[in-house]
Amino acid sequence: MNKQDKVRTRTAIGDLTLRLLTLGMALVVVGLMIWIGWQMYVSSQESIAKFGWSFLTNRVWDPVKENFGALPFIYGTLVSSLIALALAGPIGVGVAIFLNEMASRKVRSVISFLVELLAAIPSVVYGLWAIFILAPMLRNSVEPWLNKHLGFIPLFQGSPVGLGMLAGGLILAIMILPTIAAISREVMAAVPNTQREAALALGATKWEMIRIAVLAYSKSGILGGVMLGLGRALGETMAVTMVIGNRPDILPSLFAPAYSMAAVIANEFTEATYSLYLSSLVEIGLILFAITLVLNALARLLVWSVSRGPKGGQLV
Amino acid sequence: MGQSLSVRNLEAWYGSNKTLHGINMEIAKNEVTAIIGPSGCGKSTFIRCINRMHDTLPGAKATGEILLDGANIYANDPVELRRTVGMVFQKPNPFPAMSIFDNVVAGLKLNGMRNKKKLKEAAEKSLNMAALWDEVKDRLGHSGMSLSGGQQQRLCIARALAVEPSVLLMDEPASALDPIATLRIEELVTQLKSSYTIVIVTHNMQQAARIADSTAFFLNGELVEHGATSDIFMTPRDKRTEDYITGRFG
Amino acid sequence: MKKHRRKYVNALMLALFSIATLIALVPLFGVLGYVFKNGVMDVNLKFFLDLPVPMGMTGGGMANAIVGTLILIAIASVLGIPIGILAAIYLTEYDRLSWFSTLIRFTTDVLTGIPSIIIGIVVYTAIVVKMKHFSAFSGGIALAIIMIPVVIRSTEEMLKLVPHTIREAGYALGIPRWRTIIQIVLPTAAKGIVTGSMLAVARVAGETAPLLFTALGNQYWAHNLNQPIAALPLSIYEYATSPYKQWHEQAWAGSLVLIFLVIILNATARLAFRTRNN
Repeated sequence: MNKQDKVRTRTAIGDLTLRLLTLGMALVVVGLMIWIGWQMYVSSQESIAKFGWSFLTNRVWDPVKENFGALPFIYGTLVSSLIALALAGPIGVGVAIFLNEMASRKVRSVISFLVELLAAIPSVVYGLWAIFILAPMLRNSVEPWLNKHLGFIPLFQGSPVGLGMLAGGLILAIMILPTIAAISREVMAAVPNTQREAALALGATKWEMIRIAVLAYSKSGILGGVMLGLGRALGETMAVTMVIGNRPDILPSLFAPAYSMAAVIANEFTEATYSLYLSSLVEIGLILFAITLVLNALARLLVWSVSRGPKGGQLV
Repeated sequence: MGQSLSVRNLEAWYGSNKTLHGINMEIAKNEVTAIIGPSGCGKSTFIRCINRMHDTLPGAKATGEILLDGANIYANDPVELRRTVGMVFQKPNPFPAMSIFDNVVAGLKLNGMRNKKKLKEAAEKSLNMAALWDEVKDRLGHSGMSLSGGQQQRLCIARALAVEPSVLLMDEPASALDPIATLRIEELVTQLKSSYTIVIVTHNMQQAARIADSTAFFLNGELVEHGATSDIFMTPRDKRTEDYITGRFG
Repeated sequence: MKKHRRKYVNALMLALFSIATLIALVPLFGVLGYVFKNGVMDVNLKFFLDLPVPMGMTGGGMANAIVGTLILIAIASVLGIPIGILAAIYLTEYDRLSWFSTLIRFTTDVLTGIPSIIIGIVVYTAIVVKMKHFSAFSGGIALAIIMIPVVIRSTEEMLKLVPHTIREAGYALGIPRWRTIIQIVLPTAAKGIVTGSMLAVARVAGETAPLLFTALGNQYWAHNLNQPIAALPLSIYEYATSPYKQWHEQAWAGSLVLIFLVIILNATARLAFRTRNN
């Protein structure tokens, strides 16, 4: 082989190698996804075979009698996440509007940095804070106050405990707020300025401009952001485990202890002494995986459809 | 020494959009050939075919022949071709992460030359040819981005010269520069033609008239007329050429 | 009057958005403030150098947990960052637009949203069960899986910022494409890629859930990567949920160290990137 041929072969080999190597690593992502789903499915076979669909509706979780149902955990996960969403949704969107439409450049960069920090604090630290600061506060002042003024609603009945559904929902609200704020801001930033100017030129006030031009344009993206926040709340583990009370019951009061899907896995996984027990825990994980997968997929599609560029946003 | 180019029935596409319709053209060695024409006439596509940069864009393809001293470039490896046919782009594009020195020798280094002394010699030689040596010799370690626009463009010329090409393609090399920097590039081009075959795309007809030995006029993907620069500007044979150079369109 | 009403509504809504922002910041300062107040007393030299002591005894530190966290992060980075960067190269340099790369991007985004405890379960069933013991190695793998999608998306954004003209300049010099990518494009985006990787590291540094059934935790030093290993978040969890006051104090101290680590990573990453962009 002469020198030129050698160089040429080396170039060809280098190009092919890098292309295949990077392609392989890109495929790792898809592989991981399939692998995760497959592992969960296989490892929960025993429980699926034994309980079938009744696993989803069974309210009993009794490792001693080998009777397992996921309903209390599904309930606890959904209710705590909905509390979180009800609180963090409006506040997160409000933060996004403030940052994108109202704040000066300087204020914006400082506050978005702080909101990013909020997202950076580890879950376990939130849990620690919630156990020792948030829960006593709920027990001593917030819950008694709610009970006194709104006690006619079953949600706010019962003795104030502190560690329970409400504490779980609150800590989740804090943790998903940065996600909702960040994604909402991203989609609002994608609204072309001409839209804002058009609204202002019609004589709209600032709020009307935000409503007509910004929110109308970005609402499906904001919905996507809220769904991503919900997804995060559903799967959040440590902070919830530390404050939700960890009792597999379905109780009407938000003050009462509850349990979530992620929390029961975190607590009992290493203590599961026989295979059906472990398999039931994995099945709870499988349910959680399926829910967050669908939710995230829908949310991403919504966010993508907005921030990928305008497709004729209409005035509402 | 420069090499001559002979273009035979060159056609080029972007996807389904045909941008060159059968170009036939002879480009003499050690001359400056200017390509002029209104925007979208295919002049950039044309020179990007000569070093097969056109091939690198997704969906782009070209057919026909381009003979470089008699050898068809489409029969050979494009990566090697580009070491023989250098290119300078419209906007200066030094490598931002590299020093001035590393920029100049990037082509040599990344093609395997390790000898530090040789690299140094090559850098000095190329920077001298690009008339930049005196301005940067004391700060070769600085980032290429620290130079002015005109200096950056001369750095890019030095970078192209360092791999010792025989043909130098220039795609509107002065269009992003101020008049003084433009003048320096033009002087440089006329100096370089003794060693290189230069093909320069320009939208500036005065520039073509100042520096080119021959000029080709492109319109809608066709070569309308090619001849000695003085002929093209004084006695164009084609009505469309005349309309263009007298400013009736474009 | 209608005109006045519009004005009032405007003022009210704008006030609400400002209040929302203030409310959002309350927990940040609440958490940071309490962690500092309750933790600062116990963060001393002993805390960094000593092993935990049995309950009931005073003193002791979290040396093994701090080192354990660093080891886990190192394993995760060694595995996760190269995979992430290479995958991102594929998405920007070889295939930007096809349905296939869209699928990869989509899967990456969705993977980011999968709860980290699920990753823990999968690594447990696939690796811990097969190897028959908990290990630092399996914990590192779990963290790497969480890092990969984060690194991919941030690296991709950074590579997209490299102008196409830079790549063309490389090709035009007759530099092979793979060398252009590795020696010209990557260095051009290097700062941004480092920033993104640091953020990914910061994100997994505080992860607890995926370590529960993989790294497990350890009261002592781990002597090799095949043993269970302590990690700061695991120790904080264990101490916080214990009934002992001394352990609670250790948990606060551990949280302060962990937050400090995460915030330092975050802040340096972001500031470094910001100065570049200005």
